[in-house]
Amino acid sequence: MKLLSGLLSHDRQADRVVPPSGFTAQLTVFTSAAMAFLAVFALALSMASGRLADRWAGALAGTATIRISAPPDQIAAQEAAVLSLLATTPGIRSSRAIPPEEQTKLLEPWFGPGLPIDALPLPRLVELTEGPGGYDGEGLRQRLAAEAPGAVLDDHTRWRRPLAVAAERLRFLGLLSLALIAGATGAMITLAANAALSANLPVIRVLRLVGAKDSYIVRAFVRRFTLRALSGAAAGTVLAMIGVALLPRADEAGGFLTGLGFQGLGWLLPFVLPPITAIVAFAATRLAALRTLKGLTR
Amino acid sequence: MIAFEGVAYNYGGGELLSDVSLRLAPGSFHFLTGPSGSGKTTLLKLAYGELLPTSGHVTLFDKTVRGMTRDDVALCRRRIGVVHQDCQFLDHLPLTTNVVLPLTVAGRSADAGNLTELLKWVGLGSLGSALPPSLSGGERQRAALARAIIMDPEVIIADEPTGNLDWEMSLRLLTLLVELNRMGKTILIATHDLNLIRQAKAQVSTRVLRIKDRRLQLAGADL
Repeated sequence: MKLLSGLLSHDRQADRVVPPSGFTAQLTVFTSAAMAFLAVFALALSMASGRLADRWAGALAGTATIRISAPPDQIAAQEAAVLSLLATTPGIRSSRAIPPEEQTKLLEPWFGPGLPIDALPLPRLVELTEGPGGYDGEGLRQRLAAEAPGAVLDDHTRWRRPLAVAAERLRFLGLLSLALIAGATGAMITLAANAALSANLPVIRVLRLVGAKDSYIVRAFVRRFTLRALSGAAAGTVLAMIGVALLPRADEAGGFLTGLGFQGLGWLLPFVLPPITAIVAFAATRLAALRTLKGLTR
Repeated sequence: MIAFEGVAYNYGGGELLSDVSLRLAPGSFHFLTGPSGSGKTTLLKLAYGELLPTSGHVTLFDKTVRGMTRDDVALCRRRIGVVHQDCQFLDHLPLTTNVVLPLTVAGRSADAGNLTELLKWVGLGSLGSALPPSLSGGERQRAALARAIIMDPEVIIADEPTGNLDWEMSLRLLTLLVELNRMGKTILIATHDLNLIRQAKAQVSTRVLRIKDRRLQLAGADL
């Protein structure tokens, strides 16, 4: 708390004791801006993949499909048998046969519009929705085999699991990228701070000679680097958010894009990046300054 | 005030100072002489806590230096004004800001009237806004003296303060130091300028210490 109040209090004289250093100043601002820019995209990726994982899980969980493949003269009877069987199966909330128009719509992205569905030997599809307690999948398969030999139960597990795993991994990679960006920011600010400290050793010696405590000297450097990192990160964040906002929408670009970006209150999340960058800069500069001072004579 | 007791100091290779004992009484005026490389600067650095003795004890204001933290040393420096031969300043800041630096780092502000008076006293009244690199050697020494005394320290330590000055400027600086001593300040000056010491002895009671063969001796009869 004392550190923070020292950082925020505006001591004009203390600010001025360290000479202006154009190169390291620009380096710190640029690095912070670039890292914040990348961090916004990593954050957007992480959030989008999180939404994707939730959407896939939500869309596929709790539903299953029964595919009926049978000779044309038997298929209607088997469909009716399946629907009747499902109506009496415990754990199933509802079931419905997917009408041919809906099947056409599902196939349209792959085969194009105007598909002559009647001319194709497509299976009939029955969609079922689980009840709260779920149903006995193995029991249902056995009953289907007995009453509708052409019916196959697909509970979506083999689709859902790899998709959910992929989305979760993407989210993890996004978060890992954020952590790496924070680490790289800290490392680069440490390098810049070390360069500034080395260049200002005569200043530090003068300050010690006239009775400056280490905390005073550290504060002069830390304040400068923290404020530079904060301003750079703020600029980088705003630019990246503009970039994200200008990305094409998912519905405009088609089904493969998953809407990289933020939604609702998620747009506020990138605004935590500048303060986090400032905290990283504060810690990195403070450690570098204390280490440098300890290496000097008293 | 400042006391050395059996102090030795080694610089990597060998012993530079050996069994040095010294007590600076309040209001005293000491010169420290000796050939180049004899350890005068080292002794002064020990006296304001920049170096730690290899053995023995250095006491600053009743606290042993060895037991002091870096913050303790910083606080002691506010009671000791130091003037170096190659006095260093913050070259990007004007003279007045440099002179008030000890107050600034102590979180105090300078009284404008006192600052003007101090700069006039050291003969730099018209140079307050000048940057240190634009000052002459004599002006830098006097600026360093002004910086050293702005905190009203009890002790003033000067390392070859007249080393880069002509005789007239040296006498001017000496006069300032003698005046400070008359105000009650304890003065310790390292110099190899025997004429300066003779000049001082004519104005004020001084003790002359000499470093010879790594040891501190009382000199004087031969001066």
